[in-house]
Amino acid sequence: MDFRHILKIKKVTLSTFLGVFFTLLTVQSFAKQEEKPAEHAENAETEAFNPTVAILEHIGDSHYWHVGGSTSIPLPIILFTDKGTEFFSSSNFHHGTEAHEGKYYTYKLIEDKIKVVNAAGELDKEASKHVYDFSITKNVLAIWIGGILLLIIFLSVASAYKKREGKAPKGFQSLIEPVILFVRDEIARPNIGYRYARYMPVLLTIFFFIWINNMLGLIPIFPGGANVTGNILFTFMLSTAVLLIVNFSANKYYWKHIFMPDVPLWLYPIMIPVELIGIISKPFALMIRLYANISAGHIIVLSLISLIFIFKSLFLAPVSVAFVLFMDVLELLVAFLQAFIFTMLTALFIGTAVEEHHH
Amino acid sequence: MEELFDGLLNDHLGFVVWSTVAFIILLVLLGKFAWKPIMAAIGERERFIEDALLKAEAAKQEMALLTAENESLMKQARAERDLILAEAKKLKDQIVNEAKDIANKEGARMIENARLEINNQKAIALADVKNQVATLSIEIAEKILRKQLEDAHKQDELVADLLKEVKLK
Repeated sequence: MDFRHILKIKKVTLSTFLGVFFTLLTVQSFAKQEEKPAEHAENAETEAFNPTVAILEHIGDSHYWHVGGSTSIPLPIILFTDKGTEFFSSSNFHHGTEAHEGKYYTYKLIEDKIKVVNAAGELDKEASKHVYDFSITKNVLAIWIGGILLLIIFLSVASAYKKREGKAPKGFQSLIEPVILFVRDEIARPNIGYRYARYMPVLLTIFFFIWINNMLGLIPIFPGGANVTGNILFTFMLSTAVLLIVNFSANKYYWKHIFMPDVPLWLYPIMIPVELIGIISKPFALMIRLYANISAGHIIVLSLISLIFIFKSLFLAPVSVAFVLFMDVLELLVAFLQAFIFTMLTALFIGTAVEEHHH
Repeated sequence: MEELFDGLLNDHLGFVVWSTVAFIILLVLLGKFAWKPIMAAIGERERFIEDALLKAEAAKQEMALLTAENESLMKQARAERDLILAEAKKLKDQIVNEAKDIANKEGARMIENARLEINNQKAIALADVKNQVATLSIEIAEKILRKQLEDAHKQDELVADLLKEVKLK
């Protein structure tokens, strides 16, 4: 699938989002560049704040986890090459400034992607094709943190159910139970029907997995802050799971609807491709919706924060923080809403696949 | 276009694989150790609550039935009590009446007996008095006679009189 293309689109929408700020910045920086003597030009380039780069860096995946100031946690690099497996710490790259000589190749971070370089430090495209990056990146680690949190929460809740068998829920259990019942009674049952119980584990897992990753993404400091659900590969993985679940649980009525729809025969050449595209487009919409919503939220928050640096004024900070607070509260709602919509549509698709028609 | 896909798998396949693995592990672990027991417990409790509600409804109906039954029983018992009381009263009256009758009869009989006895006693006493009167009379006559016959002359005279009388016969 064409991810790069989508990334490009994102950059375009981002720039429209920030149109005003861009113009302000460029005007300001142009003015400064004109004032500055030539020898300071190189220095000015490193100091100038580019919100687009900063924001994309923040919402993108990384081989480092930035904690604060100039400290960041180096993450393990795992590379599968045609010659063997490489394993080393990302601190060897010194944030992309230095190349690391591994066992088989010499690697360098180019635009935060691991590429093979030759002795002269130039990109070796041919060799790079044999290197597969299986590193534990920021997003992978964030997924693990989210997953471990989910396991801790739900295993303790499950043990509470075992301990207090047949009794009313208590404590944390009573916080979680309404949400589980919400998934069952508002998402699974109305959309899937009486066969809902089979799909409850996957719906609950998808719902809570998305929700917790959405919420962890809103936390600006270390254990959170990763843009997991705003990563199109993550949503691609989830929507692929949905695609497989929906189509593998589909009954004959579903397939009949696709290959033998109730239309005149001469419409079949149109209808069948449309229906086949529909199979793909439904999870595809899920993928884009979650990714775009969460990324947009992150971009807006980061843009508002960037205002302070664009205007280089601390007086703007209260305004910025007030807007960010508002956005964060809104994002808290969106975090739940997107998890709900994703799960809800998944249930709906499963429902259409297992529905029994009696025409 | 070629460049767009260039290195896509090299850079991103790892993340897709890692996230898929994480998702599958999470699905399996949560499915087995969290969702299954939780859904089972919730279902169990819902069934239990439904059951309890149904039972409560049934108990209410039974209660109503019992109350109705109790009322009818009470009524019956009250009626029975009245009946028993009435019967007892009747029996009491009868017994009292019977006792009165018996007492009356007995009294009459005793009075009769007493009168008879009194009469007997009176007759005996009268006879006794008669005897005593006779005895007394004889004794008095004897004493008078003895007094008259104290001297021999008078005795002779009497004997003579007596003999005269005998001779006449």
